Amino acid sequence: MRQAIELNVNGEPHDALVDSRETLLDTLRYKLGHMGPKEGCGNGNCGACTVVLNGAVVNACLVFAVEAAGADVTTVEGVAAEGNLHPVQQAFIEHGALQCGFCTPGFIMSAKALLERNPNPSEPEIRLAISGNLCRCTGYDKIVRAIQAASQALSQTA
Amino acid sequence: MSKKKEDLSVDAFEYAAPQNLQDAVALLAEASGEARPLAGGTDLIAQMKENRRSPSLVVDVKKIPELNVLSYEAGLRIGAAVSCTQIAEFEPVRVHYPALAEACALIGSYQIQNRAALGGNFCNAAPSADAVPPAIAYGAALVIAGPNGQREIPAEDFFVGPGQTVLEKGEVLVEIVLPSPPPHSGAAYLRFIPREEMDIAVAGVGSFVQLSPDARTCGQARIVLAAVAPTPVRAKEAEAFLTGRALDETTLAQAGELASQAASPISDVRGSAAYRIELVKVLTRRTLGMALERARG
Amino acid sequence: MAEYSVIGTSLAKVDAPERVTGKATYGADLDLPGMLWAKLVRSPHAHARIKQIGTSRAKALPGVKAVITAHDLPPLPKGATAPLVGEVSIDMSAIREIVMASDKVRYHGQVVAAVAATDPFIAEEAAGLVDVDYEPLPVVEDVLQAMQPDAPLVHEDLHTLEEATQEKSGQPSNVSTHMVYTRGDVEAGFAAADAVVEKTYTTQMVHQGYLEPQACAARIEPNGKVTLWTSAQGHFTVRTQLVTLLGLPASQLKVVPMEIGGGFGGKALALFEPTAIVLAQKTSRPVKLVVSREEVLRATGPGAPAVITVKAGATQDGKITALTTTMRYDAGAFPGSPVARGLLVGLAPYKLDNMVAEGFDVLTNKPRVQAYRAPGGTPAAFAVEALMDALAAEIHVDPLAFRQKNAAEEGDTLPLGMPLNRIGLTQMLKQIETHPCWTTPLEGPHRGRGLALGYWIGGSFTSSAEVKINPDATASIFVGTVDLTGTRTTISQMVADELQLDPQDITITVGDTDSAPFADLSGGSRITYTMSAAAHQASQDVLTQLKERAAEKLKVSIAEVEYQAKRFWAKDDTRNEVNLAELARESVAWGSGPIIGKGSTTRMQPAHAYAAHVADVEVDPDTGKVTILRYTCFQDVGKAINPTQVEGQIQGGAVQGIGWALNEEYIFDNGELKNASLLDYRCPVALDLPMIETVLTEVPASEGPYGLRGVGEVPIVPPGAALANAIYRATGTRLYELPMNPERIFWATRGNGTNGSHGANGSGGE
Repeated sequence: MRQAIELNVNGEPHDALVDSRETLLDTLRYKLGHMGPKEGCGNGNCGACTVVLNGAVVNACLVFAVEAAGADVTTVEGVAAEGNLHPVQQAFIEHGALQCGFCTPGFIMSAKALLERNPNPSEPEIRLAISGNLCRCTGYDKIVRAIQAASQALSQTA
Repeated sequence: MSKKKEDLSVDAFEYAAPQNLQDAVALLAEASGEARPLAGGTDLIAQMKENRRSPSLVVDVKKIPELNVLSYEAGLRIGAAVSCTQIAEFEPVRVHYPALAEACALIGSYQIQNRAALGGNFCNAAPSADAVPPAIAYGAALVIAGPNGQREIPAEDFFVGPGQTVLEKGEVLVEIVLPSPPPHSGAAYLRFIPREEMDIAVAGVGSFVQLSPDARTCGQARIVLAAVAPTPVRAKEAEAFLTGRALDETTLAQAGELASQAASPISDVRGSAAYRIELVKVLTRRTLGMALERARG
Repeated sequence: MAEYSVIGTSLAKVDAPERVTGKATYGADLDLPGMLWAKLVRSPHAHARIKQIGTSRAKALPGVKAVITAHDLPPLPKGATAPLVGEVSIDMSAIREIVMASDKVRYHGQVVAAVAATDPFIAEEAAGLVDVDYEPLPVVEDVLQAMQPDAPLVHEDLHTLEEATQEKSGQPSNVSTHMVYTRGDVEAGFAAADAVVEKTYTTQMVHQGYLEPQACAARIEPNGKVTLWTSAQGHFTVRTQLVTLLGLPASQLKVVPMEIGGGFGGKALALFEPTAIVLAQKTSRPVKLVVSREEVLRATGPGAPAVITVKAGATQDGKITALTTTMRYDAGAFPGSPVARGLLVGLAPYKLDNMVAEGFDVLTNKPRVQAYRAPGGTPAAFAVEALMDALAAEIHVDPLAFRQKNAAEEGDTLPLGMPLNRIGLTQMLKQIETHPCWTTPLEGPHRGRGLALGYWIGGSFTSSAEVKINPDATASIFVGTVDLTGTRTTISQMVADELQLDPQDITITVGDTDSAPFADLSGGSRITYTMSAAAHQASQDVLTQLKERAAEKLKVSIAEVEYQAKRFWAKDDTRNEVNLAELARESVAWGSGPIIGKGSTTRMQPAHAYAAHVADVEVDPDTGKVTILRYTCFQDVGKAINPTQVEGQIQGGAVQGIGWALNEEYIFDNGELKNASLLDYRCPVALDLPMIETVLTEVPASEGPYGLRGVGEVPIVPPGAALANAIYRATGTRLYELPMNPERIFWATRGNGTNGSHGANGSGGE
């Protein structure tokens, strides 16, 4: 079954004709050209596909595209406002919080969402917030430190 | 030829997103093949990708007002499509039903909790469902709508076996209703997993304790076990043992031993049956201790 | 040593901005016009003869453009090899069977056919319509069972190669190679010992766990030439394999490296690329092949498990007198386990005058193993380092003092025969002595501290670099080495210092096989090390060319030209100068033309890397669950070119080792993997871990312009034993089997369960 849907991605309206079997991740990547969210497992266990759907972080691989009809979606491509990197992105660069980078789009989305609901998280709160995102390169140490730094940077600008 | 398990894609299906309960019931009742309601989808979509379920009709219930209720008046009403995050963050749940709030915050990651619905946790009927034991421990009832109208059943009577419930064709779980916790009562849920997050419970226990009016003995207890039987199960012998007794460490440990007799686990990749039995003892003792502390305020 | 301004600083990764914004392009991100989607058909049996493959139903499905089986791959004589790295070759007839099985499947999930269709849903459906008729055969799953004479044979025609004599056994066997290395007199050594401990240790198959599933795409150009895009650890290495597998000359194969989402050794071989190319040839359309996570876990090639027996004796004062070990490594369904590396890594930290080291490469009906970070090292070090801890305890010597007493030094001979050049093991161990992670008392019940050592030989092989001066006096670096770990950044740092340029004025590109200078694959901690020589050489070449031109303008001899900060001047007349901008601009205006410096290296001495990890744990006595309280990694890195990146390598490697130690394992049932998802294959999540502290020792390597050592492999080696030794101090029970998951610890501490191999070890404590 195919269905036409509309959705807003990073503030831009889009139309797509989607198969009912298609996930939001498939549609974002292969119909709308947003290759930022990655498929690491396809089953909600790795978090590489994390996007914000109507204000909440979700695994785009566990949402059917048809469910997202009319939704607002933010992907990693929509995080840098007018070309300026978000403090979380800046902190990931400065603190060496990435190696291969495949998991990074998901981590950026989870970290940004965390700091929006809890601007001054403790280390355990940070670790909990990113426990749905697997990273195999860094051992998480520098990711946690980057999020701590981003939290500080945001509180200074706030 | 059957599909192979490594196929991470989905058989073709029809999708519908009705705006009201009547339409949902009608769609499910009139479906020719297998029809499944879809709430958060974190179980169903994963299962469809693994070809463990292949419905020909998927009915998205997230747009139905009755399934999005979340209120606390005489008791707690949770629409079946309300997400774990909404439940865990709902102030009355945090205050009056902390065991349920904790369980909702245990299910998967934030990403999962933002989608996964309590109704889905029930309807998926996994023996390991984390939110079910605390709901049963709090004395939950389930409101079910179907072609013949609505019915209400005790939550613990909902399950038939792994992945199977009492829902008849055309029936939809509408609401989970929890009574107001009585005075001097408390509850807790703990599960055991090898990692700190992102695992399915090897064993889980939800315990509820209501103290006698003089607060010296146990007036009533409910102990619900997860992942150690084909369905969530009450440890009724342990509950009966506790009633009327002073709750010291020895008594709680004895209750753990008794609770483990209600378990009939299997051995699988997540743990052996023998280990699960041992975990039930530990988790029962620990959850009873926490529940007791909460009951004493 | 020279002073540097960029080397030794934590320059941000040059490729980080595209990664934090989601713009970096990995294999699966390719979207080519008219592209077809491939899907592999896999065996549901771990061992079976293929009687027949029916493709007609699949071909009849609308949208299906091709269905292929092994018969559609070019024929390849049995035993045909291709060079892998340096002098090491690989049996391509075995690789061809992994690409697509011809007559027999030898592991569950082995590929038997492939389809290409217009969308992934059709490809999926078509794969299900390929009818394969199998005759199931008995499965051999366990490495010790596979070594029994009556075991089912994975290959009916395979005979054991005796490495020393190069002779083959008379009877066919599942043991592909047997090797023995001896030194001194072990009987006399054991006789001189005051204590002797012997134990057997078991580890399970594990997966590298790279986040990106394998992905590649192929297109046949109008002139018949193949363009292949792939996320692999070495695109030249892939090309070399394809030359043999497909019978095409290298000039007809352009392999374009995509960004790679982790490899850790698991993306070295061309296991998917041949299929994409053959499907593209059959259909005359571009074909993309992306595998699922489940396929990744089932059949891409995990890290090798092993059963290892170690026996060692020591005198009362802590001197090792003799050691014997037997290491049995499971290669999976085709020969090639890293058993020799296991022998080397396990024993390399110690002076061993009397030693017998025996290894077996064993075949089972499991996926053929691939390299995984310090291949072979982690099981070996788990065994040896846990045994050394037990031996030290037996003679009441502090575990650190015991290591210090027996630590290998420069000039000592490694177990497989090579003499050690300059190493920093002694200096590193000295640093532990006074570090708070070792000196702070660990208080509280159920807590313990463990120490273990690790080693990696460091890789060499071929690396090359080109450095070009652009007309505006900026520089471009061009390499053929895939960047897995941040090597673009470290290479840029080296060139920046050599040319005294701002890193902002330097760009670096990893080019395709048609344009970039040749490089072997990225692995074995070899890229930063070998590229330091190549980039240094290329930079010096650039400086020499510039100085020649400056000398001409300054009218002095080249020997008299000095260079600093973009200025060239005559040694004796500082006012007689010419600047870099001028030379750069003129290089494309007249005269000798553009300035292109070249550097390459094919063989460097090993830059041996040693590490030691100290772990503090708490064990829940009721459940057996381990919480890591503190974790500290010491490592001799030679010279940290980029300290942040070095720390990141150490932290990432340590955490992979922690995962291997505590929870990761393949669980099989009659050869079928039962936990083929990232839910039940339990890689560590952030909440499982503390911060990972790193302490760097810098004893320069014997070779290379900066004294650096490759750092990536060794941190995965010590965690198994560091944690086992800590768990012993927390519980009084020694664990003999990885992973030390809660259930295994629960039963071991109660004296039940297997706890190691086949009941060989008796009761837990000593």
